[in-house]
Amino acid sequence: MPEILTNQVGPEKQFYDFLSDGKIKIQRNKNTGEFFFHPRVAFPGTGERELEWVEISGKGIVHSSSCNRRLPEKGGDFNLSIVKLEEGPCMMSSVLGAEPDQVKIGTKVNARIDNTGEKPRVVFDIAKD
Amino acid sequence: MNEINKIRGKTAVVGLAEAGCGVTPGWSAMELMATAVHDALDDAGINLSQVDGLFAATAFHSMAAMSLSEYLGIRPKFADGSNIGGSSFLAHIITAAVALEMGLINTAVIAYGSNQRSAGGFKTISEPMPYEADYNPRMPVSAYALAAQRYLHEYGAKKEDLAQVAVSARDWALLNPRAYMHDRGPLTINDVMSARPIVDPLGKLDCCLVTDGAAAIVMTRSDKAKDCKSTPIYLLGAAMEHHHRMISEMPDLTRTSAFESGQRAFEMSGYNPSDMDTIQLYDAFTINPILFLEDLGFCKKGEGKDLIKNIGPSGSLPVNTSGGGLSCVHPGMYGLFVTLEALRQLRNSAGDDVGKRKEGGWLKDPKLSLAHGNGGVLSSQVTNIWGLEETI
Repeated sequence: MPEILTNQVGPEKQFYDFLSDGKIKIQRNKNTGEFFFHPRVAFPGTGERELEWVEISGKGIVHSSSCNRRLPEKGGDFNLSIVKLEEGPCMMSSVLGAEPDQVKIGTKVNARIDNTGEKPRVVFDIAKD
Repeated sequence: MNEINKIRGKTAVVGLAEAGCGVTPGWSAMELMATAVHDALDDAGINLSQVDGLFAATAFHSMAAMSLSEYLGIRPKFADGSNIGGSSFLAHIITAAVALEMGLINTAVIAYGSNQRSAGGFKTISEPMPYEADYNPRMPVSAYALAAQRYLHEYGAKKEDLAQVAVSARDWALLNPRAYMHDRGPLTINDVMSARPIVDPLGKLDCCLVTDGAAAIVMTRSDKAKDCKSTPIYLLGAAMEHHHRMISEMPDLTRTSAFESGQRAFEMSGYNPSDMDTIQLYDAFTINPILFLEDLGFCKKGEGKDLIKNIGPSGSLPVNTSGGGLSCVHPGMYGLFVTLEALRQLRNSAGDDVGKRKEGGWLKDPKLSLAHGNGGVLSSQVTNIWGLEETI
C-alpha cells in the first residue's frame, strides 16, 4: 500500500477534521495555485496529485439560493444556497440570519463553522459592510 | 467520417409498449416491466426466444438486467444495466446500436418498470451526496430549484415563464387519452403559480407526476427490421455526455451537457434542430425544457423563456406531445417514455395504429423526432434522433 494511505486520513475526513479544529480549509493545486472543492485525492480533470490544504478567507457571494418549504413541525422553511467562495470554487450551504426566502443572488456572505449538528458544517452569514 | 457515424441508420426500433401507466395497485415493478417487454415483442412480431440483448435500469433492482432476464427466462449474450439516472435508457439505445451493428447481438430489448406510486411514493436509490447532505436538500427538487433560480436571475425570466411549460404540457395531455391528467381539464398560469410551493421557485405543478409505469422497446439491425410487423423507426443520431453528480459541482447552473450531446447527435444524424418535426424532452421540472431547448440549439441561451410560449398544441414547436412527465406519466425514471413518444409520433405518421388521440394530438406527417433524456440533477444528458426510412 502506498505510504500516503497509511500515514494520513483521506481528504473527506481531513476536511471535517479541520472543521472540528475550527478551521475551514480547502485544497489547491500546488503547481498552479488553483483551488477546488469538494476535497479529492487528485486535481479534478488533470489528475495532478501535488495538492495542499489552505485556510479560506471565508468571503463568498451567493451564486444561487432557494427556500426549501417544510412544515413547521418538521423544522419549518430553510435556506439552501450555492455560495461561490472568494478562492473560486462553489459549495452548497445555508445562508443564515435572513428569512430563508430573502437571500438574494449576489449577496456578500461570510463563512463560519456551525457546530450545532452531529458533525461540523460550513454555513454563511450575510456580510455587514 | 467520424467512426461513431458507422451506427447512423444501421438499427431501428421495431416494437414498443408501455404497461401500467398511472396507478396499478397489486402489481410489482418487475411484473409491469415484463408485461411491457412481452407487449413490445408482440408489437414487433418477434418471439421472446430471439431476444439475445437485454438492457434495463430501475430504482427497484440493484441488477435490473439480470433480474429481468431471469424473470423472462432468457439467456442474453450481452446485457447492460448501467444507471445514469432517468436518461439511462437513451444511453442503452446507444450501447444496443453498437452491439447490434458489431454483431454481438441480433435482437435487443430495453426496459424499465416502476410501481412507485402504488408502493408509497417517489422511489430513489440515490445515496446522500457528500458535502451536500449536511444541508438537508430535498433531492432532486432542491437541485433543480437552484438551477431555476439562477436562470431567472441571469436571463430575467419569471415564474410565469416556468408555469407556461406546465400549462403547455397539460394542453397536450388533454388530447391524449393515455395521459394521467387527461381528464383533469386545462391549467392556467395562475393555477401553476399558486400551487403549493415546494422549493422556490418550483411549486407542486412545476414538478413531474409520481405515477406507476413500465415501458419497453425492441431494437434490431435495419436489414432485419423490414421483416417485422411494425414500421421500423431508425436511429439516425445518438450521443451522450455528463459531468457532475451533485448540483454544487455543476460548472454553470444554466448550461447542461445537452449542449454537447445535442451537437454530436445532430452531427451524426446530418440534420439540424430546425429539421425536427417533434421534440421530446425530459421534463421532470418546468425549468428542464427551457434549458434543453437552448442547449440543444433550438434557440440561443436565454431565449428558451420566450420559445416555450410556442410549445403547446397551438404553437409552432411541438414539444412533449404526450403531455410529458408533467401531465402524462412519470414513474421515477422517465427516459424511455420520452423515447416512446418520439417513436409513436413517427409510427402514427407511417400509418401504424399506436392509439387514439383527439384532433391535433397526433402531428401531421412528422418524419424526424428528437428524444432527449436527462439524469441525476441536470447531470447526464443523452440525445437520440429518430427518423422514418426516407430520412436515412
